[in-house]
Amino acid sequence: MTRLPEEEHPNKAFGWAARDTSGVLSPFKFSRRATGEKDVAFKVLYSGICHSDLHMVKNEWGSSVYPLVPGHEIVGEVTAVGSKVQKFKVGDRVGVGCMVGSCQSCDSCTNKLENYCPKMILTYGAKYYDGTITYGGYSNNMVADEHFIVRIPDNLPLDAAAPLLCAGITVYSPLRYYGLDKPDLHVGVVGLGGLGHVAVKFAKAMGAKVTVISTSPNKKKEALEKLGADSFLVSRDQEQLQAAIGTLDGIIDTVSAQHPLLPLIGLLKTHGKLVLVGAPEKPLELPAFPLLQGRKIVGGSMIGGMKETQEMMDFAAKHSVKPDVEVIPMDYVNTAMERLLKADVKYRFVIDIGNTLKAA
Amino acid sequence: MSKSSEEEHPQKALGWAARDSSGTLSPFHFSRRENGDDDVTVKILYCGVCHSDLHTVRNDWGFTRYPVVPGHEIVGVATKVGNNVTKFKAGDRVGVGVMVGSCKTCECCQQDLENYCPRVIFTYNSHNPDGTINYGGYSDMIVVDQRYVVRFPDNLPMDAGAPLLCAGITVYSPMKYYGMTDAGKHLGIAGLGGLGHVAVKIAKAFGLKVTVISSSPSKESEAINRLGADSFLVSSDPSKMKSAIGTMDYIIDTVSAVHPLLPLLTLLKVNGKLVTVGLPNKSLELPIFPLVLGRKLIGGSDAGGMKETQEMLDFCAKHNISADIELIRMDDINTAMERLAKSDVRYRFVIDVANSLSQ
Repeated sequence: MTRLPEEEHPNKAFGWAARDTSGVLSPFKFSRRATGEKDVAFKVLYSGICHSDLHMVKNEWGSSVYPLVPGHEIVGEVTAVGSKVQKFKVGDRVGVGCMVGSCQSCDSCTNKLENYCPKMILTYGAKYYDGTITYGGYSNNMVADEHFIVRIPDNLPLDAAAPLLCAGITVYSPLRYYGLDKPDLHVGVVGLGGLGHVAVKFAKAMGAKVTVISTSPNKKKEALEKLGADSFLVSRDQEQLQAAIGTLDGIIDTVSAQHPLLPLIGLLKTHGKLVLVGAPEKPLELPAFPLLQGRKIVGGSMIGGMKETQEMMDFAAKHSVKPDVEVIPMDYVNTAMERLLKADVKYRFVIDIGNTLKAA
Repeated sequence: MSKSSEEEHPQKALGWAARDSSGTLSPFHFSRRENGDDDVTVKILYCGVCHSDLHTVRNDWGFTRYPVVPGHEIVGVATKVGNNVTKFKAGDRVGVGVMVGSCKTCECCQQDLENYCPRVIFTYNSHNPDGTINYGGYSDMIVVDQRYVVRFPDNLPMDAGAPLLCAGITVYSPMKYYGMTDAGKHLGIAGLGGLGHVAVKIAKAFGLKVTVISSSPSKESEAINRLGADSFLVSSDPSKMKSAIGTMDYIIDTVSAVHPLLPLLTLLKVNGKLVTVGLPNKSLELPIFPLVLGRKLIGGSDAGGMKETQEMLDFCAKHNISADIELIRMDDINTAMERLAKSDVRYRFVIDVANSLSQ
């Protein structure tokens, strides 16, 4: 007989879980494993709400296992460390992102790209080594192998740091990998949501000139005045698109809805790179001529490895790259999900777990 | 009244041109400019038949101006050089590829990437600075600015070497640009035609492991035994394709018909690169999940700059690489085009211009 979530492991935990494809979350009692010799256990203080959480609670990708406790932008304070843990001690400010395990022996893992390991274990909704399902950060405590723990520098407020663990690394990694991190490049960011607004901040910190490309004209003022973008292009405005042809060294495209690539490829200079970090479900049309005639590239990227995630966090602390967050109480989460669906947030919800998550 | 093609320029020339989108070619009298100070006049000995010639004569891409004289894999002998020409002298073996002009001042031109210059002038079906249309290598002679002429190595056969001027540079350039030259890495080559077969030879010279990916099982024996490929994957065989998933560091896709990209993307390892050099006339479907989940990329590449074209020729001379060709007479061109449309050639037709283009 399978055990109840409360009885699977020795340490009690509580959080909020979705029970079915309605995606509605409610209080949930479960348990976490004992802190192993390489584990770090921490009290969760904040958990960012990623659009992936919304996809997962509704089983839009077909892989969800219920009950599902989402959350992979988790920050808090260390409460216990295993006997072999070297890098962390009780009281440290730490975080966990999208993964909690990988094989540690394949080419990807050896190259510090655990995110591309075929046996990578997601922070929630995935099967852990002991056969149990992982539960994410909408919960009061967390335990993870030291390898997957990130230190949060002292000068980053914990609530603002949380979204860096997914949104941050998701845009930082391709800016580096595709060489869009050099000063004076002209980088475009498509979509001004959780990922997009952080991409603007990182690109600016790396010395780029940044153009936001968006379907919403009403985001222009904030993009320019608050986020520091240098210009704003309404992607449905043909004249604006025409005027910007061949001006961008690279584009970070955060939009996961179906959208045409041709106009974006046209905005690139020769040798320009279009990088997709949102993943539309259906294939997009790729016109060959513009790709060849300008020797352009369309590439993808997915979060980042652990070494790079720590590097990103340290870079963010050094350059004051702080996501713009709306901090909410735990019991607001369903309303937040509905607002997120309508893109009604500037620009990431973060759940104040420490102060508002009450025992179930 | 605009001048006829015979009267536009002072030097008489003879070639074969297509007059309409049937693509049928026939003799065509036209003219070439006087040999200027920077120019080299080339007596054309051989000209390769590139699939782009076929696309152009049939107006597949929608921008052909008739009459069109195709041909951009030209090998011949310099007969005259202008006063400013230092790199060539009369009697030199020379080649002309896909372009005959560019602006010479933009960033691309300054970086020896004339092929990406926004004002590049292609060897045929492009406008010259004086507004006239230019004509390609299915003809007896051509006048070209020295910058766009390459020295043809002595130890390369002129007929079998002609396809290198387009097919060769088209696969060599992306191998360099996309970093596909580390010995021991695994390159897949999709399509075994003019481009594909030259890609196999050049890739082996770089020390790569090569797998040919093709829809034609009949090409396997030649691919392995004659061209030197290490393995052959029939793209229509699902179980073979499945066993090759995630095994390739890079793929060069030479296929010019519309075809699915997903099977090719799955063959790539994490961080793998798919480079497309074929030009289908419709968009391809690009699934995004494989790109994102494996940090893969798809890039384009279009011929190469002049410096690199010379480098490629010298590389091929050093490694004894030339194309496998079927030499044809000029008046067999229409039959050759029909056979090319059915991929019935191993692996490039080359026109024996000097011996068969009659006055």
